Amino acid sequence: MPAQRTAFHFAATAVVAAAALCAASAANAAEPVIGLITKTDTNPFFVKMKEGATEAAKAKGAKLIAGAGKADGDNAGQVTAMENMIAAGAKTILITPSDAKAIVPAIKKARDRGVMVIALDSPADPADATDALFATNNYTAGVLIGQYAKAALGNKPAKIVTLDLFPGHPVGAQRHNGFMKGFGLNAPDAKSNELGSDAAIVCQADSFGDQAKGQTAMENCLQKVPDVNVVYTINEPAAAGAFNALKKAGKDKGVIIVSVDGGCQGIRDVKAGKIAATSQQYPLKMAAMGVDAAIEYATSGKKASGYVDTGVTLITDKPISGIESKDVKAGTDLCWGKK
Amino acid sequence: MATSFKDKLPPMGVLGPFIALLLACLFFATQTDRFLSGQNFSLILQQVMVVGVIAIGQTLIILTAGIDLSCGMVMALGSIVMTKFAADLGLPTPVAIACGIAVTTLFGLINGLLVTRLKLPPFIVTLGTLNIAFAITQLYSQSQTVTDLPDAMTWLGTTFGLGNTNVAYGAVLMLLLYFLAWFALRETQAGRHVYAVGNNPEATRLTGIPTQKVLLSVYVIAGVFYGIASLLSVSRTGVGDPNAGQTENLDAITAVVLGGTSLFGGRGVIIGTLVGALIVGVFRNGLTLMGVSSVYQVLVTGVLVILAVAADQMSRKSAR
Repeated sequence: MPAQRTAFHFAATAVVAAAALCAASAANAAEPVIGLITKTDTNPFFVKMKEGATEAAKAKGAKLIAGAGKADGDNAGQVTAMENMIAAGAKTILITPSDAKAIVPAIKKARDRGVMVIALDSPADPADATDALFATNNYTAGVLIGQYAKAALGNKPAKIVTLDLFPGHPVGAQRHNGFMKGFGLNAPDAKSNELGSDAAIVCQADSFGDQAKGQTAMENCLQKVPDVNVVYTINEPAAAGAFNALKKAGKDKGVIIVSVDGGCQGIRDVKAGKIAATSQQYPLKMAAMGVDAAIEYATSGKKASGYVDTGVTLITDKPISGIESKDVKAGTDLCWGKK
Repeated sequence: MATSFKDKLPPMGVLGPFIALLLACLFFATQTDRFLSGQNFSLILQQVMVVGVIAIGQTLIILTAGIDLSCGMVMALGSIVMTKFAADLGLPTPVAIACGIAVTTLFGLINGLLVTRLKLPPFIVTLGTLNIAFAITQLYSQSQTVTDLPDAMTWLGTTFGLGNTNVAYGAVLMLLLYFLAWFALRETQAGRHVYAVGNNPEATRLTGIPTQKVLLSVYVIAGVFYGIASLLSVSRTGVGDPNAGQTENLDAITAVVLGGTSLFGGRGVIIGTLVGALIVGVFRNGLTLMGVSSVYQVLVTGVLVILAVAADQMSRKSAR
């Protein structure tokens, strides 16, 4: 009896396996598989990126599988997603690394198996661990808002508050240092992961890119320096928190808040006058370029390489002559999140 | 009642947090001249009010030797429900707020039923409901911040003048809730039952106290406190934030432990929890005023938590 059952099981398994193989090879023949791994699947920025990639893939006859870590910083979740995608036959993996250093061994394993890996939004560390990088130049994003804030402030002595991400994060450092450079302060260069400091920066605090924590940080900075006139923020939720703190203290007039991201909520805050200017980045473009590169690799075997800047635009409704910017309407057309 | 008042007061456990808070305040007062002011103190109260009110519910649960990991996410769900009901469905603000508090209370009820009826460990139950609450929050809000709220919804975040200090209504509400909880735990029979259940559930059951009912009520009441915290969170930030509550569960447990409440149940005072929350707030505020990275606050908190638990263990040993 048991022998018979084993035979039956074996036969059944073989049939299922064969069917799966046929299906897989049919899929392979018909359409290239592309994997997209984001930091989380809840942040609107990555939701938009996923939408963009899915549409682009569909339009070009490819299949996109998406995965993500559980939270920002969840490297293990990204590694798991990558393994599963390679098992599903993905020949190209697009990834926004949660942990730039920790993901490198997994990327190497994938590339050794002939998979092309492209980093989106932020680089792996070292950057040449991936075939290519399609991302915003965060330093440039910082420079743009730094120049704007300096011009908007005019000849008044600057009292700057910076609400940063958290210590040691390259994106946080690049935006902060770029802002300093644009403002005309003595700034570290784009390669530095250290937050620069200057006498004009009267308070530095960590916001973790979160609205409530940004508000707390701004309140404490206001205690320290009641007469702040420029606030740099790592992203728009932190900027909203900063504005809240200023408003509660009756100081929302005459303080210039600048930020980075260009999400739809952030653009609305620019329109409402809460944020003076923001550097908008383009997750849809990163995703679409990633898909194009994947199709190219699947059809011709040619891999993408190097760094491609997906561009950044200053969005403000109070343009200053000599500083290139677009208005809120243009920003809304290209923003991500709920319009 | 079997427990005398002395049993509830491990001397180290209660005095320790107060001493730590005083030392921290003294230290910052010498480091920066902006620290010692009514305005700054009012600010710290505002900054700890959300975690402070969550921690009241958490204290009740920990007093029964349970733990609630879901509190932060449940608070976030409550704030999304009340803001979406008001902003998207256009319900009157009081109704929307009541719905938010009803949802957090329902989660408390679910936690309580699973712990009392199915006899599942609270740690595991609330780990499950943490994930469920998070997922519902993300799905219902589509991970989008809810904005354009009616003014009435953020009224608790507004301030009134007291001398030359602006005090937030929400901070006053938090202090009132602490007084209420302190009174109930100390002066009412129900309060004494909570201590008894935490001290020795079996002995308590044998004396005829309905232990399961006490346990269930504690989880439900904690759910009500999380709902009030939802409202405080909304009134503070002015939005419904789906990403709120990610660190609040451990922050609340930290406040409870720093305040000298024993994780073994049955021992601790609610005012200690407020002191515990204030210690964290004072360090965050003081270090920013000094121009030092707030990461050091995390480091100090870690050390203090271990000291607090060690103090609790010492006093348990000496009580034997």
